[in-house]
Amino acid sequence: MTNTPFTPGIVPARLGAQDLAENFSDLHPPLDGHEALVAADRCYFCHDAPCITACPTAIDIPLFIRQIATGTTASAAQTIFEQNILGGMCARVCPTETLCEEACVRETAEGKPVLIGQLQRFATDSLMAADGHPFERAAPSGKRVAVVGAGPAGLACAHRLALHGHDVEVFDARPKAGGLNEYGIASYKSTNGFAAAEVSWLLKIGGITLSTDKALGRDITLEGLRGEFDAVFLGIGLTGVNALRAEGEARDGVADAVEFIADLRQADDLGALPVGRNVVVIGGGMTAIDAAVQSKLLGAENVTLVYRRDRDAMPASRYEQDLATSRGVRFIFNAMPLEVLGNGAATALRCEYTKAEGRSLSGTGETFDLPADQILKAIGQTLEGAPEAVRLEGGKIAVTGAGRTSADNVWAGGDCASGGEDLTVTAVAEGRDAAEDIHATLIGGA
Amino acid sequence: MADLTSNFIGIKSPNPFWLASAPPTDKEYNVVRAFKAGWGGVVWKTLGEDPNVVNVNGPRYGAIYGADRRLLGLNNIELITDRPLETNLREIKAVKAAWPDRAMIVSIMVPCEEASWKYILPLVEETGADGIELNFGCPHGMSERGMGAAVGQVPEYIEMVARWCKQYTRMPVIVKLTPNITDIRYPARAAKSGGADAVSLINTISSITSVNLDTFSPEPSIDGKGSHGGYCGPAVKPIALNMVADIARDVETAGLPISGIGGVTTWRDAAEFLALGAGNVQVCTAAMTYGFKIVEEMKSGLSQYLDEQGISLDDLIGRAVPNVTDWQYLNLNYIAKARIDQDACIKCGRCYAACEDTSHQAISMSEDRTFEVIDAECVACNLCVNVCPVEGCITMEELAAGETDPRTGKTVSADYANWTTHPNNPGAVKAAE
Repeated sequence: MTNTPFTPGIVPARLGAQDLAENFSDLHPPLDGHEALVAADRCYFCHDAPCITACPTAIDIPLFIRQIATGTTASAAQTIFEQNILGGMCARVCPTETLCEEACVRETAEGKPVLIGQLQRFATDSLMAADGHPFERAAPSGKRVAVVGAGPAGLACAHRLALHGHDVEVFDARPKAGGLNEYGIASYKSTNGFAAAEVSWLLKIGGITLSTDKALGRDITLEGLRGEFDAVFLGIGLTGVNALRAEGEARDGVADAVEFIADLRQADDLGALPVGRNVVVIGGGMTAIDAAVQSKLLGAENVTLVYRRDRDAMPASRYEQDLATSRGVRFIFNAMPLEVLGNGAATALRCEYTKAEGRSLSGTGETFDLPADQILKAIGQTLEGAPEAVRLEGGKIAVTGAGRTSADNVWAGGDCASGGEDLTVTAVAEGRDAAEDIHATLIGGA
Repeated sequence: MADLTSNFIGIKSPNPFWLASAPPTDKEYNVVRAFKAGWGGVVWKTLGEDPNVVNVNGPRYGAIYGADRRLLGLNNIELITDRPLETNLREIKAVKAAWPDRAMIVSIMVPCEEASWKYILPLVEETGADGIELNFGCPHGMSERGMGAAVGQVPEYIEMVARWCKQYTRMPVIVKLTPNITDIRYPARAAKSGGADAVSLINTISSITSVNLDTFSPEPSIDGKGSHGGYCGPAVKPIALNMVADIARDVETAGLPISGIGGVTTWRDAAEFLALGAGNVQVCTAAMTYGFKIVEEMKSGLSQYLDEQGISLDDLIGRAVPNVTDWQYLNLNYIAKARIDQDACIKCGRCYAACEDTSHQAISMSEDRTFEVIDAECVACNLCVNVCPVEGCITMEELAAGETDPRTGKTVSADYANWTTHPNNPGAVKAAE
């Protein structure tokens, strides 16, 4: 095959195997021992540290960094995992620039925070490489809990429940566990099958049964689970995708960014993945950025990200925007799609500039056409297939306290539940906290 | 550019920075390179009697570190020169002839017997060296053979050997003192009584830097065993400064020239030694850590400082000595309070943790991490200043006379009053009635 970035249409192998391997290698190569010590020495061990407050899972960051600095990396990993059992993945995918590292006092002092994310990865990777699992299950409680969804929320919930001695069965609609860790997230943030390896490592706690290819509403029902288990946790994520509501949306070449990313994550051979010459991504969140950057890395000649509001309103962080820009992605702000042009397959996207008045947006009347043979929609995901027994609120499962839904003995957390940002780390916190509440409820009721 | 030319007990050098007697000065090759790099003088690594001593064939140094593996303290178990006397004498003579403007001091350590000193002194004098330094300081190895610190710890020996040296050579005599004693003034007085022209201090401090927690051997480890070594580097500077000041302000040794040694790493360290009465400084660990080039910063820094102060090198020497006093004479009517510069504060909270957990609960912390001093509790202990990572963010500010100290409710007095007259002092001297 002799495709290049200039080959028209949506075709595979625009780049050679070596270029692809380089493009999709680790975004931040892991710190070696020396780098970790130098980075750790910059931590001031702040009192009631702002980084801890900024972390949705409240990891004791100064403590684990001090443990790295004093040569006890296993203890550092324990400190992390006690709060966040998916600390390895969070170290890779957390937008640290808007969480712990933004709060770091050395960001205030010098504009250069302590490399908290990379230090966390150093600690967690070290322990996981040694195949250690630093937790032991409590004596069996005799209670059984069903967890629906093996994403970050479900896995964190299952681990914490298993730790307390409960038997847990985790159901997931997909063939593999991991949720967005496995099927979402840019490849270069989770290389070498890390998501799957992390799940295997997490399951070492024991007491967790994984049942994949079991979709809620198709293979299992909430009513059935409530009958069979002492408690149910719903961590089903957001599987619906918003429609573009532009003319010509059905033309060939228009696809959901989440599917594009999932296909990429599951591909054995990146050279076999087709990508357009002129790719347009619509949206302004992390999914949009991930899809745009990866299109470029696959060899698309032109990748343009169209966002309807201005830069400051963009949900993706400035760091992520800069990452995309550095990979050659072009941003067009204040523009919205009007119509997918083409004869059968898409050839261009007609857009209209927008103006904002408060929260409302309107077109200015000025339009422009972007050449586009592939258009990826990343304009938000929605809750799909929520059980009727639980009350919804703002399109998500309504929860109070530590993930309690309107239904007895049913908890929910992660992206599908109301409240909190839709981040891996937030999902972990919600799953963990729900597990503690479930545990307290089950033991209290015993 | 300030004139850095130094005249220490008649020994002239282009600047007051000498390399101390140690591995950097143990042979012609090093010393020539040091002179090329700009050092004002050297104290040649200690000569001894033949047959020359031997060193261990394993590690000789141990270290402790600060953040980013910055070397703060170094200890060594190396002995005096392990080369034949004749080799050293020949090289000293050659270097001095080639570098007449640099100070060449020869360190000597031979047994505490008159004949030994009587024998070696003319040999050293013949090299054309500018002076000698008596090594009464090394705390390891040689002290077990009755030399080094074993001499420096007995004032009578110091006086005796110093007197022999003044008798058998016309060269100026510097006595190098060990800090491994309880009161540095006694050996200094002994050196003066013996006729020494100057003292140099401090030599290294007996130390074990670390223990290997796998092999349970002290470091540096020689075949699983360790021995105490001599400690030096930035960590010992405060000890050295105190001892230099003790000698500088002792009436019995007043005016005795001092060559300051101990952790001099930057021009600033050197200036502090000079201000406390040292006539020049000797450097070793900093050169061993960073190489000979550091003398450039020391020279440019000291020069810039003198220019900015508008004073000469001689003006600097001893300038701080009158301000060193005993605790009982400190002014108890001086009242200060900590002040936090909110613009400079990075909100790390270390001042709060330090004050709240370990001091006087005199710093408050708000929801938004604003840290403020509670004047009614602040005793001005300075711990917050010391633990703050931002230089200048927290300062101690004096309350002016007439202000009220919110901690005591008392008006700040403009008068000086110390412990000797304090009512709580059982031995207080009553004011004249």
